[in-house]
Amino acid sequence: MSAAHELTPSQRDDLRTIAAMIIPASDEYKVPGADDPAVQTDMLATLSRDTALVAQALDHLARLAGQPLAELDTARRDAVAQEFRATGGVAAATLVRVVLQCYYRDDRVLRSLGLELRAPFPKGHVLPEGDWSLLDPVKARGGKLRVS
Amino acid sequence: MNDPVDVLIIGAGASGAAVAWSLAETKMHILCLDQGGWMKPSEYPSTGRDWEAKFYGDWSTSPNIRGRPEDYPINDDNSPIKVVNFNGVGGSTVMYTAHWPRLHPSDFRVKTLDGVADDWPIDYDTLVPFFEENDRMMGVSGLSGDPLSPLTHPPMPPQPLGLSGPLIGKAMNKLGWHWWPSDTTVATMDYEGRARCINLGHCTPACAQGAKASTDITYWPQAIRAGVELKTHCRVREILTNEHGMASGVVYYDRDGVEQFQPAEVVIIACNGVGTPRLLLNSVSGRFPNGLANSSRLVGKNLMFHPYAQIYGFVQEPTDSNRAPPTCLWSKEFYDTDLSRGFVRGYGIQFGRGAGPVFEAVASEQKGILPWGADHHRVFRKLNGHRLAVSAICEDLPEEHNRVTLDPVLKDSHGIPAPKIDYTISENSWKMMEHGLARGREILETAGATDICINNPIPWGGWHLLGTARMGTDPARSVVNEWGRSHDVKNLFIVDGSVFVTSGGVNPTSTIQAIALYVADQMKQRLANLFD
Repeated sequence: MSAAHELTPSQRDDLRTIAAMIIPASDEYKVPGADDPAVQTDMLATLSRDTALVAQALDHLARLAGQPLAELDTARRDAVAQEFRATGGVAAATLVRVVLQCYYRDDRVLRSLGLELRAPFPKGHVLPEGDWSLLDPVKARGGKLRVS
Repeated sequence: MNDPVDVLIIGAGASGAAVAWSLAETKMHILCLDQGGWMKPSEYPSTGRDWEAKFYGDWSTSPNIRGRPEDYPINDDNSPIKVVNFNGVGGSTVMYTAHWPRLHPSDFRVKTLDGVADDWPIDYDTLVPFFEENDRMMGVSGLSGDPLSPLTHPPMPPQPLGLSGPLIGKAMNKLGWHWWPSDTTVATMDYEGRARCINLGHCTPACAQGAKASTDITYWPQAIRAGVELKTHCRVREILTNEHGMASGVVYYDRDGVEQFQPAEVVIIACNGVGTPRLLLNSVSGRFPNGLANSSRLVGKNLMFHPYAQIYGFVQEPTDSNRAPPTCLWSKEFYDTDLSRGFVRGYGIQFGRGAGPVFEAVASEQKGILPWGADHHRVFRKLNGHRLAVSAICEDLPEEHNRVTLDPVLKDSHGIPAPKIDYTISENSWKMMEHGLARGREILETAGATDICINNPIPWGGWHLLGTARMGTDPARSVVNEWGRSHDVKNLFIVDGSVFVTSGGVNPTSTIQAIALYVADQMKQRLANLFD
C-alpha cells in the first residue's frame, strides 16, 4: 500500500495546511511553499517508515484544532500550530522533518538557493586547497607530547 | 555439523578484518562469520537525490532507527548517549567519519600519571609498528609533524583546508591555540585500488566513491585472496565450551535462519564493546554460569562512550557545507590533564565543516533558530552553508556501573537476548564537557559566529564502544590478558574496543585496529604454545 493511501483525506488536508505554515511561498525568493502540489506529492510518496508517526502527529493536530486547520482564523491557527510544535513530541518533530526534507530537495527551491540539482555522486565537488601558511604559527610554537 | 576450522573470527568489522588479514599468512583454516552482508556502493545514499533524507531512516547511524535485518536492537533507554553502529562486512567503518587520531602515549599510563583508572598492560611504543602497518592498509591522509600528537607518517597528503578550514585556523591562531589537519582514512589520491576523494561530502553514511576506507574495501579483499573464508548473514548466538573449559565452537543462525554449529580450535571475538559482552553473557553454561570469560565479573562493565560536547554557530562567510568531508582539523590544546581546569584528563577537539540543506533545516528548526512562516526563507539563507562546528571528544573514565547487560525482554530477530545499556555521565566528564563548550564558544565567537547552539551531549553520539572486556595482567581485574587472550578460556581471544582499559580523548578506530594487529602478531609468535 502506498503511503498516500495511509493518510485520510482530512489528514492530507491538514498536512498541506501545516506545511504552508512552516514554509509559505515567497515572491521575494521565487520559491513555492511547502504546500505546493509537487512537494506534497513527494511527501506522500515517500512517507514510508514515517507514516505512523506523521499520522499520529496529524491526529494530535486535529485534536488541538477541533476542526480542519484551514478553516480556523489566522490567530487561532497560529496558536494551534505553536501548541502542536510545543506538545507534539517525536511525532510532531517527524512531521516537520518530513516537510523540510521534501521541500529542500525540490528543484525550484535548490535552484533558488544556488545549489545544483543532482546527487553528490558521481560528480562530487571541488574543494579549494586553502592557505596552508596559516599553520606556520602552530609550527613555530611547537610543543611536545606529555611524557608517559 | 560444519567442518572444524582452525580459527573462527566473529565479526567482519574494523578489528575482525585486521586480525583475519594478519593471521592469513599462517595458512591456517580461518573462517569469519558476520551477521550482515556485503555492501553495495551503488546503493549508498550519496548516489540519489534523497541522500540527506536517508540519514533519518534506512541509513541512520542508530540500529534502533535503521532496523535493517542485519541489525540487532539495543535498549539504551537508560543512557543519555545512544549507541550508534553499523552491521555488515566492514562493520562501523562503513558508517564513520574516518577521523583517524591515535591514542597518545600518556593515555596508556593514566593511573601512574594522574592517579585515576588503571594503566594499560601494554604501552604506546609496543603498538607503533601496528599503527604504521594499519595506516598503510587503511590508507591514511594527513600531515606529519603535529607537535601535539603522536608522530605519524600518512602515505597521502591531507585533505584541502577548503573554505571552513581557514576560518577555523585563523580563529585558533588568534587565540594562540593548537590546531592541525586531521589524519583521516579519506584517500586524497588514488591509493591501492581506491579512487581519490571527490568531496561527496556525505562521508558518514558510507562513501559511494570508495575513497573512505572501510574494511570491506581495504583488509577484506586481501584477506580473502590470502585464503580467509568469510560467511555473511550468519549471526552467532553463543560460544560453546568443552569438558576442558576450552571454546569448542559457536552456534549461529545462517542466512536461512537455520541453526548451525561451527567447531573451531580458536575463537576470536570482534563484535565491538556492546556486541562482545552481549555474546559472552549469552554464552552461559554449567562451567560458566555468569557468562563466558567472566570470572572477574567485569564482562560488560566499564563501558566508555566518549561524551561529545558540541557547539556550533554560523559565520557570514560561506563554509564547505556538504561539499567536503565533514571533519578536517583537530586540536589537542586541551588534551592533557591540567587540574586548574577542575577536572582530570582532557579532550580532543574535532572541527566540523558544515552540513547539507536538509540537515541544516531540520537541526535549526529543532533548535528554534529557524522560524516557521514568512521569515523562514531569509533566516534559512543566513544559516545554510555558513555552519562551523566544534566538538569536544571527552575522555570517559571507566566506571563499573556503566555497563552492558542482557535485556530481560528485548530480543533480536533470531530470539537472541538484546543488550541493555545503563550509563551515566560522570561529574568529571560533565566538567570537561562544560570546559569544552566554553572554549568552543570562544573559538566560534573569534571566528565571528552567531546563533550559537549546543548539543551536550550529542545524544546519538555513542560511536565509540569501549572497555567492556578490558585487558590486564590480573585475572581478578580484567577479562583478557595483555595480548588479548581470555584469562579463563585459553583459546578465546578478544580484539575489539572492549579490551580498552581507558578511552583517551580521541576517536578509537585506529587504536582498535592496531591492537587487533598486535594480538594477531602475538598469536603468530606463540603458535607452538598458544594455549599454555
